[in-house]
Parts: sequence; structure tokens; C-alpha cells
Amino acid sequence: MSRLAHLLKARETGIALALVLVVVATTVKNPAFLFSSDGWRDLLLTPSILMLVAVGQAIVIITRNVDLSVGSVVGLSAYLTGRVFIDLPGIPWPLVFVIGLVFGGLLGLVNGALVAFAKVPALVITLGTLYVYRGINVMWTGSDRINSSDMPREFLALGTSSFLFVPWLTIIALIVLVAAGWFLRTQRAGRELYAIGSDPAAAHLYGLRVTQRVLAAFVVCGALAGLAGVLYAARYGTVNSQAGSGWELDAVGAAVIGGVAIFGGSGTVWGAAIGAYLLLTINRALPVIGVQDFWQRAVVGVLILGAIVLDRVLAVRQSRRLTEARNR
Amino acid sequence: MTTTDASAPARVYRDYAHPLWRRLLFTREAAIVVLLVLVYAVAAASVRNFAAPITITYLLLDVAAILFIALPMTLVIITGEIDLSVASIVGLSSVTLGTLHQAGLPIEAAGTVAILVGVVAGAINGFFITVVGLPSLAVTIGTLALFRGLAVGLLGTTAVTDFTEFWTDLAKSKIPGTPIPSVMIVFVVLAIAFAVLLHFTPFGRGIFAIGLSSEAARFSGVKVEQTKFILFVLSGAVSALAGIYYTLRFGSARGDNATGLELSVIAAVLLGGVSIFGGRGNILGVIAGVLLIGILGSALRLANVTSDVINIITGALLVASVVSTSVLAWVHRKRIGAGIKKGPPAPAQD
Amino acid sequence: MTFGTKRAGALTALAVTVALVATGCAASDDGGSGGGGDGGDNLAITFLPKNLGNPYFDTSSAGGKEAVESFDGTFAEVGPTEAAPDAQVSFINTLTQQGVGGIVVSANDPEAICDALNEARDAGIKVVTFDSDTNPDCRDLFINQATAEGIAKVQVDLIADQIGGAGEIAILSATANATNQNAWIDLMKDYLASDYPDITLVDTVYGDDDDQTSFDKTAALLQTYPELKGIISPTTVGISAAARYLSTSEFKGKVALTGLGTPNQMRDFVEDGTVTAFALWNPSDLGYLAAFAAKALITGEITGAKGDTFEAGKLGSFEVGDGGTVLLGDPYVFDADNIGDFDF
Repeated sequence: MSRLAHLLKARETGIALALVLVVVATTVKNPAFLFSSDGWRDLLLTPSILMLVAVGQAIVIITRNVDLSVGSVVGLSAYLTGRVFIDLPGIPWPLVFVIGLVFGGLLGLVNGALVAFAKVPALVITLGTLYVYRGINVMWTGSDRINSSDMPREFLALGTSSFLFVPWLTIIALIVLVAAGWFLRTQRAGRELYAIGSDPAAAHLYGLRVTQRVLAAFVVCGALAGLAGVLYAARYGTVNSQAGSGWELDAVGAAVIGGVAIFGGSGTVWGAAIGAYLLLTINRALPVIGVQDFWQRAVVGVLILGAIVLDRVLAVRQSRRLTEARNR
Repeated sequence: MTTTDASAPARVYRDYAHPLWRRLLFTREAAIVVLLVLVYAVAAASVRNFAAPITITYLLLDVAAILFIALPMTLVIITGEIDLSVASIVGLSSVTLGTLHQAGLPIEAAGTVAILVGVVAGAINGFFITVVGLPSLAVTIGTLALFRGLAVGLLGTTAVTDFTEFWTDLAKSKIPGTPIPSVMIVFVVLAIAFAVLLHFTPFGRGIFAIGLSSEAARFSGVKVEQTKFILFVLSGAVSALAGIYYTLRFGSARGDNATGLELSVIAAVLLGGVSIFGGRGNILGVIAGVLLIGILGSALRLANVTSDVINIITGALLVASVVSTSVLAWVHRKRIGAGIKKGPPAPAQD
Repeated sequence: MTFGTKRAGALTALAVTVALVATGCAASDDGGSGGGGDGGDNLAITFLPKNLGNPYFDTSSAGGKEAVESFDGTFAEVGPTEAAPDAQVSFINTLTQQGVGGIVVSANDPEAICDALNEARDAGIKVVTFDSDTNPDCRDLFINQATAEGIAKVQVDLIADQIGGAGEIAILSATANATNQNAWIDLMKDYLASDYPDITLVDTVYGDDDDQTSFDKTAALLQTYPELKGIISPTTVGISAAARYLSTSEFKGKVALTGLGTPNQMRDFVEDGTVTAFALWNPSDLGYLAAFAAKALITGEITGAKGDTFEAGKLGSFEVGDGGTVLLGDPYVFDADNIGDFDF
């Protein structure tokens, strides 16, 4: 199969086309959506934080698990970022990114250890840690909040400024995306994640180190949510105890829209990333097109349903074609 | 407290190798019930004002909606599926009731339409899951957003609040002479119906069979798709009923009513001993699970514990309940595997 | 399995029991609830804001605390983490059970918490609403920060002044059901129509008093209405989020922003020219006055009838007006000249 034909058949292509359509339609209606400095910046910037979380979520979903605690991890990490700046004045700001990654990774490790070693369903565990992490966040934050004046200007500037017309946060998110995409596609460990998700029992019998791989997937997912928390602090400049609440469903939704099968074993982080972009761009485009504020969630719901139905239709057609090929 | 004879190979079969009384006595559900009684006793003894009858009233009024939705959710999860859209159906039903009542329909008629809306919403879920064959987690994340969006879109900024006194009072009334809210009568009837359906009918056995292995169930004659479809419709209908109660109790129909309730319901169901993989669970355990979370919250609030700590305890309880089961089962398997039958198993790492 | 679960259950039960006993003991130590009430005045006054972690309510509760301590009462603050009405109900129920003397509440929904408040009043608890009212028949007094007309007028006048009396404006509100915000918005529309016919209100969006949502809604507004000249945000969360977005956008200085904000949140944006002027009252005084109103009700100094007067410590004496409302005063306008004098 030629490279071009392969590209046309890919699931991600359809989602990317949908995204382009949304942007084009909205820009026709209102050129400022794309052709103004703010419009261009927000188009790239707004979804990049969710994209990080969706990439991590996709990696976990590929292994036939799910992580519902990501929203709480984002919130905790965002608050930690602010606290670090307040309690350790003069800390070089790039170090904060490392702290966020490590901290999120540790929270992910807790999830992963419970799931992988205790052999209990990820949905239950991460639902539990969703409550626990958010509770710890509220307890720690109390009625305190981080204001933009608590953080260094360079760090906040990073949240809104651009490099060659591309916002810094988007660049960070893209680097992570490319690394994750490359790893899953070409590295042995990455391919094993798919094998585990397709059939955990078979993967185990084949001798794959299922426990370690699942654990690693959760750690990566947590670390990316932790990094997203740091970016959240930079972008929004204000963090209270509710930062990131409700993101878990957005992240799962983005992955599902992007063609990551909820039962594991298929999908790519590219799809999840485009899904995140589509989800939030639709949200921003609807008011421009003139859809009332209140109906936006309904449109998002239709979008998710449409994406999974399309996925199913394509899968059925694909299997039919394979059957025909075999019978010929 | 007797030890079990550790000889049967598979867990599923061993559960049925005991006489009925033992199966009822030594189960996870029983552990939750014991825990519930313990927590209540401790709270009554140590938390000021907890022992008052009014506590029961408030507690039951608060958890009634969760109790309602937990019933069909139990059946859905036993088949290995999940329904995340329940809270959005509550909101949709609330808005339906409110707008129709505002348009002049009496509560009885508006309520009937609201329940029909719930049935349709459940049927939409069921259609995508059973006819199109999509995973329920993905579908109901989609319908969670869709139904909530419709609810919020229909009512916008307004809240409908002019409900007849008779109905709003009824929703909060108590059974004369007891601290128990009248709404519990409806719940008990529903709970008995669901318990009978699940535990004493072929349909219910089909539900367990699907959860253990839907392929095997299909070959043994269970109508898998039909069963699942019915369950999602039931889930929609009961969620809509909960929505009507919710609306009347607060006297306010709003699009954002009960946002986030789905997680509370699922947490309670899982705490009640239902396996997320399907095939295990019973109604009694689930009811105990809901009440346990409710009582904990109510006792801790009375003891001036803030809501964040209550959330931490709820989450930790959920994690501990599944992990301890799993760890102990593992220890148990190790003992069997090694052929050693001496000494008690190591305590769980709670 | 069977043996195991029993053990697990027992262990979990033990853990929960220990936790409960610990909290129970802790609870009986700090007493929380005055519990008295027979003869002596129960001056346990609990504040129930819309949500915790909201700087506006932190300030008002601090004022309440100062007042309660000044008359030797017991101050407490409880509340949900998110501004949801049903969450407030369970807190009101708990306070009823604890038998506090007074509840001072800002309502998330005018109707949903009504019955719970009335049950509290039936149990002898005095109920004072502040900031956002409920239906008048389920509270004893409402402490109004300023008249709704005054609040609407000051914001419209400010924006009209900043955009030169003509052009498109939009409103960024809190939650779609907020009693106070919706009342102000309706009055703003009337006032715009009567006094500023050249100004068009193109849209009202809702940021749910959530920082991130408000921030993103501001971005969407500016995209959607390229001709937009000004934004009014009658909520402290909304105005600071909108100001943060504006301050780094191409619209800084081109699109005017005003509304209700606290000086500490808005200081940077007034200094950098994003915002010229905004309005508010002193939330600390509002909480302080509400606490004193609750005390006056508890001690029987007033009943909440029109014409009653009571003393509110450092703020002087206040009179109950129509519909059981007490008025704090006029809104206050903050700008670059005076913002340095305030710290809340």
C-alpha cells in the first residue's frame, strides 16, 4: 500500500479533516477567528494543555485501562507550581516543569501500582483516587489561591507568548506528542502496550512484562497530567482548588474522538491530540457561528457519538474487506 | 468465624459450594453491611446530634436520588457495561418537568412525559450500545454531554420554581410517626422489584451470565442485546424518576441539577460489592454501599469535618474495598498454590 | 475469598471507626455548635458562602469573623467547594441538627435552599442572607450590598464613560441561575435602553464563577464580536479572568472592561492600563454587617420588621427597610487614583 493511500485510510485523517472544516467554516463566518494575532494564538494555545492530558490518557487506554484521576492531578500539580514559586522564591522557573513532571508521575505511580499489582480494575481505582487527590487538593489549598502576582513574569509570559508565531505551550505539547508518537510506533516497549491492550492474557502468556508496562503507562499519564498542571498555571495565572476539575471526561472524550478504542489495543496519540483540538476548537467556534452558549455541550456530545459510530463503521468495512480478500 | 476449606479450584464455583446461609453470611456484601452498622453505631455514640431521628430524615432525603439510580446501575454493571449519562438524564428530566409544568400541565402529566424522556434517553444509549455495537463507556460519555447540553440549552438561565405546594411537600414529607421520608416507600417497592428481577428470575440469571461471559450466555440462549437494551432503558426511566424527585425536593428545575452525580452513584455501587468486570453483585450490598457513603458524609459533616476530608475518605474507602479483596484473594491463592494450609493469611495492606 | 473479604471488611471497619472516633472526639473538643438556646442567647453564627476558596467570600467571612469575635460569639464557616445549590442544602441541614444560633448565607439558588432554611428557622435558628438573596419568605433579613439599581447603574455608567457612549458591549456573568447577577443584568438592559440608546448589548455569556471558564469565554467573546468596545463583568471571578486575558491580548486598551472586582485582584490590571475603573462595595463590611444583623435577631433586639434599627459595631446604626432588607450603602468606584488605599 502506498504511503498516500495509507494516509487517506487512517482514522486520524478523518478527524483532522473535521478539524480543518470547523476552522474554515468559522473563519469564513468571522475572519478574526484565524486571521488575527489573538485568534491564531488561541487556536493553537487553548487546546494544548488538554492535548497533553489526552496523550497520556490515550497511552493508558491503549493498554485497556483508563485513568479518571487526571483532572485531579492537573489541579494538584497546578497548585504545587504556585506554591513552589511562593515558598522557594528565586527558583529558576524551568525547574518547575521538572517538579511538575515528577510529581504527576508519582501520583500516576500510585494509580499504576494499585492497578497493576493488585489486579483491580483501573476504572474503580482511578475513580477513588479522583476523589482522594481532589480532596487533598482542597484540603491543602483551603480558600487560598495562587494569583498571577505570585509567579515570576517570565513564567507567566511563557503561557501567552509565542516563538515564530507558535505559542510556547503548544511547542512543549507538540514535542511531547512527537516523542510519544514515535515511541509507540517504533519502539518495542511501545508496541507491547498495544499487544497488552489487545489481549492481556495472551500478552502475559507470551511472556510480556504486563505489570511493568501497565505501571509505566500510568506513570507517563500522571507525569503528563502533572506537566499539564504546570502549563495551566502559566496559561491561566490563577489557581484555586477546583483547577482541572471535570477534565477526566474531556480527556477520555478527546481520545475516543481521536479513534483510540476504549477497549484498548488500537489508536494513536496523534488521534487523541487531534481529538483534543477538535473538542476545544468546536467549543470556541460555536459562539462565533452563532450557537448559543448553552447548546455547546450538546454539540460536543453529538460529536463524540459521531466519532465512535464512524470508527465502528470503518472497522466493519475493514474487516469485511479482509474477509473478502481471504475468500478470493 | 470459621475458615474456609481451601480446596475448590475456581472462585466462582466455590461460592456456590456452600449452603445458602453461608453464602449470605460471608460475602463482601455482608462485610459492607457490618461496616454500615458499625459506622452508624460509632457515629451515634461519638458524634453529637447524630443519634437524633432528624439525622435519618436528612440522610435519606439526601441519598434518595443516588439510591434510585443505583438500582438499575447495579444491573447494568453486572452485565459488564456502564452508564455514565444518568446524572444528565436527571437534569433532562428535571427540565422537562419544569418547562411542561410552567406551560400549564399538571405535575402528574408533566412527570409522565419526563419519565418518557428518560425512557427515550435510555433507549438512545441502548441503541448505540446494542444495535450499533459500541462500548458503553464511550457512548455514555457522549450522551452525558449531549443530554446535559440539551437540559441546559432548553432552560437557559431560568429556573422553574412555581411547583404546587402539595407536590413539593410530598417530596419532603415523612411517613407519619417515623423519621423516614415518604419517598422511601417508592424506593422500597422499586428495590424489591429490582432485587426480584435480578436474583429470582431467568432474566436476572441472564444478566449474571452476560457479565461472566457474554459469548457463553449467547450460546446458552440468553438474548444478550435485548437484555442490555432493556437495562439501559430501565436506567433512563429510573434516572428520570430520580430527576422528578430531585426537582420537587428542591422545588427548583434547573438544567444543571445533579451535575456530577454519576460518579457518586458508581462509587457507591462499586463499594457495595459489584464487580466492574461484571458477573458479581447484589442489590442489598449496593443499598448498603449507598447508605454507608451517606452516613459517613452526614456524620463527618456533623463533626465539622470539611467536605474535602469527606471526599478523601470516600475515595480511600473505594480503593481499599477493591484492593483488600484482591490482595486477600491473591494471598489465598498463594496458600493454595503452595499447598500450605496453616497459619492465618497476612492482613491486607489497607 | 470468603474468609478474605470478611477480614477486609473488618479491617476497613476498624479503620473507619478509628477515623470516626478521632473526628468525633475532635468535634466534641471544639464544640462548633453552641447547642444552648434555653434562655441564654446562642451566639454561634455560621457563615455559608456560595463556595469556599472564592476570594470575595474569604473577605466577607473575615469581616464576619471580626464581628462575631467582637461580641464574643462563636464564628464558623462551612460550604461546598463548588457553587451548587443542592450542596448548600446538606450544609444547612447539618447546621439545623447542630442547633447553631444563626446562619448567614449567600444563596446559589433562590428556591432550592428555601425549605432547608425554613426548617432551620422552625428549629429557632435565625437566617440572614447576604450578597445573593433567597425568596423573602425563607429568611429573616437580607443584607443588601447596594441597591440593585445602584449596582446596575454604576457599571453601565462606567462602561459608557469608557467607550464614549456608543458601540457594542457584552456581559460576562457568573452562573446562569445566580439571583443577584440576573437581577442586575435585567436592570442594566433597562437602563441601557433608556439612557444609552447608542450602546448595543450583543451577548451575555456565563463563566460559572470559574476562573478558567471565564477566561476562555472572554477569549470567545472577543473572537465572536470583532466590533466589541466593552465588557461588563458583574462578578469578581469573571472580571479578574477577563482582565488577565485582555492584558496579554491585542485588544488591551482597545476593549474596555469594567464590573465588580476586588482591589487586590485588579491592582495589576489597573496599573498596566487594561482596566480604567471598576466598582464594588467592601465585602468585609458586608460580612461584618451580616454578622451583627444575625446577632440582633438572636438577642431579640430586632425581629426583622420594617423600621427596626440595630447597632453594627464600627459601622454604626442601620435600619431595616422594605422586604426585610438592610442596605450597606452605595457601590464604590475604584480607579488608579484610589486603588492603593485598599487592601482586600
